[in-house]
Amino acid sequence: MLNMTYDEIRNKAETEWEVLQKGNHILVGTATCGRAAGAMDVVDAFNRELTRHSLDVPVVQVGCTGLCYADPFVTISKPDSLRVAYANVNTENIRRLVEGYVAGDDPCLELALGTVEGGEGQTISIPELPRFERELRLIMRHCGYIDPENINHYIANGGYSALDRALRVTPQEIIEELKESGLRGRGGAGFPTYKKWELCRKDSNAPKYVICNADEGDPGAFMDRVLLESDPHQVIEGMIIAGYTIGAEQGYIYVRAEYPLAIERIQTALKQAEELGLLGDNILGGDFGFRIEIAAGAGAFVSGEETALIAAVEGRISTPKPRPPYPAEIGLWNKPTLLNNVKTFAYVPLVIERGGDWFSSIGTEGSKGTAVFTLAGKVANSGLAEVPMGRTLRELIYDIGGGIVKDKQFKAVQIGGPSGGCLPEALLDVPIDYDSLREAGSMMGSGGMIVMDDDNCMVDAARFFLDFSTKESCGLCTMCRLGTLQMLHILEDITAGRGKIEDIDVLLSLAEDVKMGSLCGLGKTAPNPVLTTLRYFRDEYEAHIVEKRCPARVCPELTVYYILPDKCDRACEHCVLTCPTEAIKGGKGEVKVIDQEKCSKCGTCLEVCPPEYNAVVKLSPVSLLPSSNLSEKRAKK
Amino acid sequence: MITEEQTSQAVDEILSSHKKDKTNLIPLLQEVQASLGYLPKEGMQKIAGFLEMPEVEVWGVATFYNQFRFAPLGKHHTVACMGTACHLAGGKLILDALERELDIKVGQTTDDGNFSLERVACIGCCMLAPVIVMGDKIYPKMTPFKVEEALVPYKQEQHSEKS
Repeated sequence: MLNMTYDEIRNKAETEWEVLQKGNHILVGTATCGRAAGAMDVVDAFNRELTRHSLDVPVVQVGCTGLCYADPFVTISKPDSLRVAYANVNTENIRRLVEGYVAGDDPCLELALGTVEGGEGQTISIPELPRFERELRLIMRHCGYIDPENINHYIANGGYSALDRALRVTPQEIIEELKESGLRGRGGAGFPTYKKWELCRKDSNAPKYVICNADEGDPGAFMDRVLLESDPHQVIEGMIIAGYTIGAEQGYIYVRAEYPLAIERIQTALKQAEELGLLGDNILGGDFGFRIEIAAGAGAFVSGEETALIAAVEGRISTPKPRPPYPAEIGLWNKPTLLNNVKTFAYVPLVIERGGDWFSSIGTEGSKGTAVFTLAGKVANSGLAEVPMGRTLRELIYDIGGGIVKDKQFKAVQIGGPSGGCLPEALLDVPIDYDSLREAGSMMGSGGMIVMDDDNCMVDAARFFLDFSTKESCGLCTMCRLGTLQMLHILEDITAGRGKIEDIDVLLSLAEDVKMGSLCGLGKTAPNPVLTTLRYFRDEYEAHIVEKRCPARVCPELTVYYILPDKCDRACEHCVLTCPTEAIKGGKGEVKVIDQEKCSKCGTCLEVCPPEYNAVVKLSPVSLLPSSNLSEKRAKK
Repeated sequence: MITEEQTSQAVDEILSSHKKDKTNLIPLLQEVQASLGYLPKEGMQKIAGFLEMPEVEVWGVATFYNQFRFAPLGKHHTVACMGTACHLAGGKLILDALERELDIKVGQTTDDGNFSLERVACIGCCMLAPVIVMGDKIYPKMTPFKVEEALVPYKQEQHSEKS
């Protein structure tokens, strides 16, 4: 451990940062999302091309800017010229970018997304993109602009100054600051953060523990992953401050094993923080010591529930316990345990640095600060966004998300994953805060937002979420284990055309029973997707039950594929040759016909039919199939 | 298949670097799986003996969590993402196509040991939905037809190995 004061550490970091800023450099987003889109190939290609031109320009691997739709995302920074961001860069663009802008003066506008402004303490934005007018980036302020594996980048941008400050004041002062900030837990439930901290602090039982919940199991949510992969130190700093405040010496980050890169980057971050004396014994030369270990989750959605998570850290089956007592009193190894979400810890350094009054000036009356959302599904610009509380769903989906893919009709937005609800277009102007969303039947949850269009079936969506909850139920409570299964069976019947109109009432009453009869949040909220789709899209349930029709033509039992004879180009054989079950008949020069008996409804024919013909359609109900098609089938028999 | 002897050797090595503490159960299972690719019965028995806990308790924990497997994976392990975004973009059709093309069901390994197929809840690459993962490679925006294409090189490799 080096024995340096914070100012010395900071000076050293700033020197390194300035050297980077003073020269040309290239930033490539290599979070998991970027890698999936080919970012590592882009890094290699840049290095090759730079070597070929004998250019000594560093290629820095950074996290994700949240503009995942634009991955691989590259920023070329030139101190004496514009900083330019490029979207969807592939290995074929690299030579053009290196020769054009790194070595020359042509900013390659045809590939550019916009110019990058800000930094050096200010929020970074791309003014050409209207979304940045709606966003307010606090915990995402460094994402995509610092190297998450270099602690000096974080420190040079003000990192760990909150810790330095916190260690100079009393724990009670920190709690007062948190109280003034109005910060509520970002795991979904929205419990006031200061109350948890205060409970832990006042408990005289020792030792105490701090746990960061990074078990992001909600399908369709990935903001915790992005934050940990892009700026892990702010979470670590928040945890150290928490340890100091409540009097704990040991912390754990419980992170999903499905996030190997996040685990790797946290490991690196912990090691670097220890080397600088920001973690370990005698932090920053004082009396306080704190250590953090990683506990890799083994894959169980229920582990996101705090008591179940503690059981997992203790090495047991992850089942929840009744609360109270809360983990703040009886937690890990029956000791007082402070458990917060990744994002909650990430806000802490900012609140300490800029003050609780600053934080509480952002957001709405009951919900302070910003919220981080992931946008996915049928939205044009998938990715992450950080907005002040109180923005409407419409602003988020249309102004930031760029609206619906292919300009299709918006149908619903699902917020909060298997615990949340589907909201219809009529509710798009609902402000985003804990209370408004709960009133609408959904919840903030983890912040995963999935947009659905006309091609998505709401009954199928409800079935999907319930299937997930059924699989992930830990089995402890009968209603959660079997009640959700019963609901799932009913939904399967409805989507298969075997539904009865009475089923709707049975679903509603089962939903209440499951809510009442479950111990933890998983079971209590599992019926939400069914309840909200019944509340806002009851007509779709009725269409499935009464007319045996799936309005979105998704449910396979209620849908058939049909080749329009007048549109089919008889000379083309794409569908015949690609059909995996050889269900399409018709030689060259003949109209192609699908044998419905053999059709597996895989959709390949629809996919391969050339767009100029567009001859394959889906029909629902099945009775829409022209009788000639049916009679041909019969004739063959 | 891994022999009992190999299992024993690998597990002993892992056990030697851990304390005899029940809270180490999950990390131990994870390390054994990382080393051998799955959890052989003998491996779990050894862990139970080391931690001085009933074998059934180890089995209980191992079967509770999704991460643990009890049979070896295929050479090309294939994962179909079944997250919300992937589901809405037709993930079920992709899974069907994989089952059809590999001629196995989810959770199975092909007889020749070349392919295995699993479904996961979400890998967090929702903007590329629907996705499949083969080995370390993520295949974005899949369609049933693209599944067939993606498998071609793997099947060719298998073919040329045979001949």
